[in-house]
Amino acid sequence: MNYELSHLQALEAESIHIMREVAAEFERPVLLFSGGKDSVVVLHLARKAFHPCKLPFPVMHVDTGHNFPEVLDYRDAMIEELDARLVVASVQESIDNGRVVEQTGPRASRNQLQTTTLLDAIEEHGFDAAFGGARRDEEKARAKERVYSFRDEFGQWDPKNQRPELWSLYNGRHRPGEHIRIFPISNWTELDIWQYVATENITLPAIYFAHKRSVFERDGMLLADSEFITRTDGEELFEARVRYRTLGDASCTGAVESDADTLEKVIAEVAGTRITERGATRADDRVSEAAMEDRKKEGYF
Amino acid sequence: MELLRFATAGSVDDGKSTLIGRLLYDTKTIFEDQLEAVERTSQQMGTDYTNLALLTDGLRAEREQGITIDVAYRYFATPKRKFIIADTPGHVQYTRNMVTGASTADLALVLLDARKGVLEQSRRHAFLASLLGIPHLVLCVNKMDLVDYDEAVFERLKDEFRAFATRLDVTDLTFIPVSALHGDNVVERSANMPWYEGSALLHHLEEVHIASDRNMIDARMPVQYVLRPQSDEYHDYRGYAGRISGGVFKPGDDVVVLPSGFETTISTIDTYDGPVEEAFAPMSVAVSLADDLDVSRGDMICRPHNRPTVGQDIDAMICWLTEAGQLSARQKFGLKHTTRSVRAMVSEVQYRLDVNTLHRDESASALGLNEIGRVMLRTTQPLLYDEYRRNRDTGSFILIDETSGATVAAGMILYRGA
Repeated sequence: MNYELSHLQALEAESIHIMREVAAEFERPVLLFSGGKDSVVVLHLARKAFHPCKLPFPVMHVDTGHNFPEVLDYRDAMIEELDARLVVASVQESIDNGRVVEQTGPRASRNQLQTTTLLDAIEEHGFDAAFGGARRDEEKARAKERVYSFRDEFGQWDPKNQRPELWSLYNGRHRPGEHIRIFPISNWTELDIWQYVATENITLPAIYFAHKRSVFERDGMLLADSEFITRTDGEELFEARVRYRTLGDASCTGAVESDADTLEKVIAEVAGTRITERGATRADDRVSEAAMEDRKKEGYF
Repeated sequence: MELLRFATAGSVDDGKSTLIGRLLYDTKTIFEDQLEAVERTSQQMGTDYTNLALLTDGLRAEREQGITIDVAYRYFATPKRKFIIADTPGHVQYTRNMVTGASTADLALVLLDARKGVLEQSRRHAFLASLLGIPHLVLCVNKMDLVDYDEAVFERLKDEFRAFATRLDVTDLTFIPVSALHGDNVVERSANMPWYEGSALLHHLEEVHIASDRNMIDARMPVQYVLRPQSDEYHDYRGYAGRISGGVFKPGDDVVVLPSGFETTISTIDTYDGPVEEAFAPMSVAVSLADDLDVSRGDMICRPHNRPTVGQDIDAMICWLTEAGQLSARQKFGLKHTTRSVRAMVSEVQYRLDVNTLHRDESASALGLNEIGRVMLRTTQPLLYDEYRRNRDTGSFILIDETSGATVAAGMILYRGA
């Protein structure tokens, strides 16, 4: 026995430690689940952290209504397998109730509307901790966010007034109405996620692997033909072999051209890639240099 | 592949950002879209070079003011190791950020400017690394290109720094002459300094031996959470979930649960992937015991003949982290140590330490923002602790303001009378 842990084992041990701290110290945690690979890994880690118990918290899906059908099927299968409780917070309901107004035009997206739906659901259910799958390597505002990210009674993040986070001593103090976002995979990179998915034999939604799809090009990204997006003149559909690197609202998540139809091929592709996953595939982060920071301040994931 | 966490501290002038930029760039970690965004922003800000600091200065306020205000975590990997950099600002007003970044680091990287010698700032960074118990310290003598790659300059700085380091608690000290700007001795060994026989920085980071830094002697597991499935399959199972903080546990080991003092043996050590034969730091596991005891969060499982100190009077070095108020005698705080949360009162401020000169000011009665000093505390419940130098997990705590909930201080426990 050489008493050494691999980097994946060390990251996993850290994440499990964080999730157990939250379950022990908070009254009503919830795990945010989108079906994206990061939230799939967080769910897998939760299962490992509390084995042989069932998850000691529910799983919440903020449903934009603009879903890839494969992802909804995947979500339901996972919930059944884990015998977990699913809470669905629906952006459509927020629109129907007049809480938010649907954007219009060809670039309409429900991505921003999710924030209101999420915060309303957190308040309605009285959740005081919400696990998310954000990673620090994703984006530079996230590089400075704590594992325990404090949100005030408006759900806002104040990047200049974050609690120092030392050793593995996490401070979960909050008052009623405030909550804390928990990011157990803060220290993982995109490549770590893929290597872990392979090591742990985790099933992902099929759209992460190369498949044929009818797409069109916008802003250098490939967007899928769907009922949720209006194409403008000159945006011609064509067949391409693509896969997704991130999963978000179908209206703003782009695919990349790829032949990687197995985990091994995806890992090789990720290891050799020269563009960040958000840069390649997320229209929502292209609005400005600080687009993510601004959305996070308002209460985004 | 092993994980190495290292901390850097420094300001723009000493070339820290260039050095990190060089490590990331030469290990192909900087992505094209990130580089383009940085180039675009550099042009908008009117600089005529690509300012690699913009890669890490991610917050709007930081870019507007051209400063780093917070710890930024950066990630890169080589075929040998995965690295996590805690990149912190260097000025004295950011001591709290340095302390935060250093708290989890295996190695600290301190920069010297070859032209300027051992400045106050470098001494402070080295001192904080030693205070936070970072086992490995690397001194990069940067800007060697500006002193004609002169061996004599390097040797003189080495001697000067070594003389200072005798006052620190540093076991592994390495000196590397580099030019971050030109890449000398960063990723590749430099042809400009044939007199230097050591490794390039990246090679050193890949090879430095860290597996022995953990405490493998004092078996400690703070109980985090009790797993009681109460299902048909696991009807009587009760697992004490926690992360090993030191030593090695095996099924069959005699153990004692503190603070109750009940002795029993370990039945199984379980994980989702099945039982394990040994558990050691920093594994997260669940331990089941042979006897049905009352064990809960905040308790500590250890060996009967190797126990942590159990006590309510704590001596510690404290770093005060907030501009809201000062630390002084009679104040009360929340205190979190391992998985145990108690209340604590300051009995006495013994001295304040000047982080630049290491002078002890025994007339001080309070600690303000970024100040470090030796403090005595009294807790409402006993802590189960080791000296910080012996175990960073069981020797560290944070103080929490009970009104605002903010983390206001970091504490490192000393032996009484030490």
